[in-house]
Amino acid sequence: MRRFAVLQFPASNCDQDCVHAVRVLGHEARLLWHKETSLGDAEVVIIPGGFSYGDYLRCGAIARFSPVMQAVQAFARAGGLVLGICNGFQILCEAGLLPGALIRNRSLQFRCEQVFLKTANPDTPFTSRIPADALLRIPVAHGEGCYYADRETLIELQTSRQILWQYCSRRGELTDDANPNGSLLNIAGICNRAGNVAGLMPHPDRASEAILGSTDGRWIFASLLATLDQRAAATA
Amino acid sequence: MKASIIITPKKAVLDPQGKTVQGALEHLGYQGVRDVRVGKYLEVELSGVDAETARQQLEAACHRFLSNPVIEDYRLELHD
Repeated sequence: MRRFAVLQFPASNCDQDCVHAVRVLGHEARLLWHKETSLGDAEVVIIPGGFSYGDYLRCGAIARFSPVMQAVQAFARAGGLVLGICNGFQILCEAGLLPGALIRNRSLQFRCEQVFLKTANPDTPFTSRIPADALLRIPVAHGEGCYYADRETLIELQTSRQILWQYCSRRGELTDDANPNGSLLNIAGICNRAGNVAGLMPHPDRASEAILGSTDGRWIFASLLATLDQRAAATA
Repeated sequence: MKASIIITPKKAVLDPQGKTVQGALEHLGYQGVRDVRVGKYLEVELSGVDAETARQQLEAACHRFLSNPVIEDYRLELHD
């Protein structure tokens, strides 16, 4: 059984969803309050969605300075797997663990709907188990999910294959219509240069059981689990 | 001592709020509006620090926390 830590900030609201998603896959998930200074024996850290600190100042701007995030910085530097979902993605960008920023949706509307995602790089700890050519159908729910980075950063993201998922049509085309928030290059999720920290705006935690309408989110969790197994085998 | 901090989206960053306000100004008949950027204004009151220390601290805070240099510019002013 693998051990996941799910961070909890004031006004996180998808923490229990993430715990549930991990548990239905048969693994252990523990909530970790933002004032904690240690991640304990966690093998994966999930930073869940929500509105940490009321989204005051900027989404994620205050959460990034919490004690638990200092532990996440050290964990990430040591190669630990970190996944930020929605507000978690915003926090990782604010923390400098991921490049770029998430700004107000182009439409100025809060978008809450199912989207389709194309996996741009299948060779990462977050995507390795996603079936080739499969599109993921996963919900988004955010007002500030428009991915922005300057030109140099975008070029670097492309050359280093750090773009993991892009919004696409149901036929897999990267169209403007399929982009719910105006993200540059239709970016829905990215990883860091080292490939151990990733963030995405859509919610795999809300697409992990048939009763929720989609189980496509499971492929992302399955990829993380496969990575842990590979790492364990490599050090055995 | 009081500090005023004005934070605006960088020129290269899409500002849908600014564009919407600009459209509304035009719709209301105000002429010659070329661009609108919507930002934030912070007022910080300080005591027990000299102006130079206050400036240094706030510059650091603006860069590290109050603004996000990836998407925003800031302007800091100190008043007596």
